[in-house]
Amino acid sequence: MKIHEYQAKEIFAKFGMPVPKGEVVMAPEEARNVAIRYGKPVMVKAQVHVGGRGKAGGIKFCKDPDEAFLNAQEVLGMDIKGLTVKKILVTEAVDIKSEAYVGIITDRLTKKNVFMVSPAGGIDIEQVARETPDKIMKCGVDPIYGLRPFEALKLARFIYPDIKIARQAVDIIMKLYNVFLGVDASLAEINPLVLDGNGMLVALDAKINLDDNGLFRHPELEKMRDLDAEEPAEIEAKKADLSFVKLNGNIGCIVNGAGLAMATMDLVKYFGGEPANFLDIGGSSNPEKVTAAMRIILNDPNVGVILFNIFGGITRCDDVANGIVQAVEKLNPRVPIVVRLTGTNEDKAKEILDKYNFPSTNSMEEVVKMAIKEVA
Amino acid sequence: MAIFVDKNTRVVVQGITGRDGSFHTQQMLNAGTKVVAGVTPGKGGTEVFGVPVFESVADAVAKTKANTSIIFVPPAYAIDAIYEAAEGGIKLIICITEGLPTIDMVKVYHYLKAKGVRLIGPNCPGIISPEQSKVGILPSQIFKKGPIGVISRSGTLTYEIVYNLTNKGLGQSTCIGIGGDPIIGTNFIDCLEAFENDPQTKGIVLIGEIGGSDEEMAAEFIKKNLTKPVVGFIAGRTAPPGKRMGHAGAIISGSSGLAEDKIKALNAVGIPVAEIPSKIADLMAEKLAEFSKKTAKRAPKQSPKKKAPKKAIKKAMPKKAIKKATKKSTARKKK
Repeated sequence: MKIHEYQAKEIFAKFGMPVPKGEVVMAPEEARNVAIRYGKPVMVKAQVHVGGRGKAGGIKFCKDPDEAFLNAQEVLGMDIKGLTVKKILVTEAVDIKSEAYVGIITDRLTKKNVFMVSPAGGIDIEQVARETPDKIMKCGVDPIYGLRPFEALKLARFIYPDIKIARQAVDIIMKLYNVFLGVDASLAEINPLVLDGNGMLVALDAKINLDDNGLFRHPELEKMRDLDAEEPAEIEAKKADLSFVKLNGNIGCIVNGAGLAMATMDLVKYFGGEPANFLDIGGSSNPEKVTAAMRIILNDPNVGVILFNIFGGITRCDDVANGIVQAVEKLNPRVPIVVRLTGTNEDKAKEILDKYNFPSTNSMEEVVKMAIKEVA
Repeated sequence: MAIFVDKNTRVVVQGITGRDGSFHTQQMLNAGTKVVAGVTPGKGGTEVFGVPVFESVADAVAKTKANTSIIFVPPAYAIDAIYEAAEGGIKLIICITEGLPTIDMVKVYHYLKAKGVRLIGPNCPGIISPEQSKVGILPSQIFKKGPIGVISRSGTLTYEIVYNLTNKGLGQSTCIGIGGDPIIGTNFIDCLEAFENDPQTKGIVLIGEIGGSDEEMAAEFIKKNLTKPVVGFIAGRTAPPGKRMGHAGAIISGSSGLAEDKIKALNAVGIPVAEIPSKIADLMAEKLAEFSKKTAKRAPKQSPKKKAPKKAIKKAMPKKAIKKATKKSTARKKK
């Protein structure tokens, strides 16, 4: 799960890390008020779940409250990479002496949480890694003993040769590790970590991605989910315990299993069609799930056919067939349905679906071709 | 032969009294697996389909000599279940449960490594060596004993591919679902190494998907260490970046994890990657024929069985015999 910069900064502050003062607002007038209260220049920053906000014009310096008003007016409602800005963070402007990068991420290769730091902050770290890899230092954290201060000092010294500043950085790095573990993050990063005019370090930006699998132990973080920032159909799918991703095609896919669902999308493309979605109904054959899946797909006006690709293993084909029947009776779909049911109890499933005359087959390739024909 | 599980596998089911645990206990028994014990704290002394239930894994191991565990307990307790199995003396743990927190998995991974315990999963369908043992939730009816080793990051896609292999006469030595999470206990490389050393396995099918770089690492490993032919498949060629495609591990982040890069890496070391699932069996048959020609040239006295594995296995294992064997072993279990 992604959270916004202002939410990540709230978490940072809670863990004792230095962040600039700031407030999140939804109207230009409020931005002006914050600027008046702070009595100094501020930044307005678009709160959307994408990178490159600055380049897109979503981050602006405001020398006075009037400019804060005007800039807020401009940024609110702005479209950044397909996302509409509904909230902005108004934060005190910081005098920037240098910008560094500090981040921690779970590394699938070494199976460790790995710190990455670089004196080249403020830009995309992947770009730094590509162009000037010698400007990055990494440190895999021992999962049993945790991050030790001498390791943090080595990282800090790589950015700040001056020991006084490095000591501040050690504190921030140690705390960032606590944040990472404390909220079940999959990524926590400060980019940039800024040295200000007074020689103090401050986290000018903050990014935290949360591990969905860890959310069950942080009900307070679940509340940070920004429903505005997510596709409505994906929220509805989540409620029904379905895994769903909206795409732009016209062939609605309902599949059991994530790998098979991806392979189905790929096959649709391979034969010249366009999938409307990724949808995994999971291992259960609960008829309600089938109904929910069909409802979500039918809400998409682009969809011209619904394709079922079920490989019954533990999922029983007859259960899914019953689900299809219930869903069809409830929803009376406006588009044709093509069905592939193979595996456990496929004969029973065929009997159940017989009177509905859905085009059906027991081959994955055939059903994809049938779906493409329906929308041709 | 086979890898990781075989006739000597003695299974303890953690979470045996739950809905999934009890259902799959029955399924595993039907497949001929030696399920010797179950564990559910508070339910010791009871039975599930004739399998005795114990209070702890250590208890179960002491009384039944279980050597392998399968975990069905809910995600909030699954991490502890893994620790308990390892401390209880289990050497192979298969975790079916999905949704385990990654930071816990990081710890578990290194703990198990130090202890010399193998974990398969989490969030995986398990493992089957046809006609020997199934420790998982895979539908045993689609599998057939034979020369192909199958390794996969997914569940139903594996069934689809195995179904195709079986229909085209290519049976399997062992099929293993390694799981769809970012941190998993056993990866492609572990399985490739085991298959290379397994005499029953003549060819290997590797089923990957978007996310991470395990397939790239596997390609590197194959180039250096494998003599047996490998055929690949990668799911998610058309997946959009930044979206989690069902599996926690299946996400294209930044510029890494793309299907394209994985296919390139595999092709670069001479591994054909099937464009669609149904072509895997054909590619495998081709590769096997090629391989047996090569080895026949090198060692002209090779037995006909190795030259034509497809035919030989069909002969050695007629369908009726398979059915009989499964029935017998099930019947024995029920007594």
